[in-house]
Amino acid sequence: MMNRRDFLKIMASLGIGSALVLEGIDRIGTAADTIPGSKNLQAGHWGMVIDVSKFKTPEDIQRVAAACHKYHNVPEINDPQHEIKWIWQEDFEHTFAELESEYLSEKVKQMQFPVLCNHCENPACVRVCPTQATFKRPDGIVAMDYHRCIGCRYCMAACPYGARSFNFFDPRPYIEEINSAVPTRTKGVVEKCTFCMERLDKGQQPVCAEASGGAIIFGDLSDPDSPVRKVLRDNFFLRRKVELGTGPSVYYIIGGGGSNA
Amino acid sequence: MYNGGKIITGLIIFALIITAPFWLNIGQADEPPEISLDTPVINQLSEKECIESAEFMRSQHPQLLNDWRDQVVREGKTVYTSSSGKEYQISLDNTCLQCHSNRSEFCDACHAYTSVDPYCWDCHGGGIAK
Repeated sequence: MMNRRDFLKIMASLGIGSALVLEGIDRIGTAADTIPGSKNLQAGHWGMVIDVSKFKTPEDIQRVAAACHKYHNVPEINDPQHEIKWIWQEDFEHTFAELESEYLSEKVKQMQFPVLCNHCENPACVRVCPTQATFKRPDGIVAMDYHRCIGCRYCMAACPYGARSFNFFDPRPYIEEINSAVPTRTKGVVEKCTFCMERLDKGQQPVCAEASGGAIIFGDLSDPDSPVRKVLRDNFFLRRKVELGTGPSVYYIIGGGGSNA
Repeated sequence: MYNGGKIITGLIIFALIITAPFWLNIGQADEPPEISLDTPVINQLSEKECIESAEFMRSQHPQLLNDWRDQVVREGKTVYTSSSGKEYQISLDNTCLQCHSNRSEFCDACHAYTSVDPYCWDCHGGGIAK
């Protein structure tokens, strides 16, 4: 007859053993997964650095936003109550509200910032979503599954950056020319920036990074040798509303770096 | 049985009314849908084959698309390996609709016949003609 102590030992080792086997099976399932004819980009934690000094005029930001919106079939609705935006322009006060001061230099007050979904490490939108339509991928991207979205807009209430937009009506009539490579959205779902995850799968950089001419740097934050980490090492940076504990993955460089004393 | 005759007559009339749609439509089957494979991309193909056999696609495409949707959106899996070992990108817009760009003659033909109304089109296939 086995005593209680031996029984527990055997059960514990069985449990650990089966966990290891299951883990192994899981890895086999996710092995090399590349779209034929392309090389996908992978990362431990995708992140973005925006060098604001390289956006000389507001037109530069609008150009980048237009490129993103054109690619992703984001409708152009000129009504602030119904508009859809993935990346847009804000002034200092609305980008870094907590740093606002009456003594702020006029130059900083006038600065314009491109803002977008911050793909938080600890995303409030994911926590509140009742259907798990929005979820965090292992590579740090906060993704949307429009099929599951029921349009409750909890995520919009939870997001401290206003990065989400709701489709109050069918967006298609407001899209000038539909890019057939990506789906549109439909009435009743919330949408936002995806960090161009379908482009990463094809080995391409996000549209905004490509259109910005080097002002937006995109890469793997978990890799110390990646371009984003190098820029962050060499510059002082800001992130939006870090005090909320969301852990934004979008970093802003204000000064432009270099060898200023 | 009280009023047996009336009850049985009533039951027969009831059964006839309930089954009337069947009697009235006997021998009037709709023409089965004609599916067109006449698209520029398909005409260019040297070997006209879908990702799986036509029989499989005919019966299983809703299930396949359902699986694809979860795989590509939620599991980050982007490649489908067919039973013949060929690899395809998992994408309704970039794989299926590249060839089948004739929605009304291909997809809608059957869907209308079987009276199903999938909501794929609300988001997908916006770039192809309806």
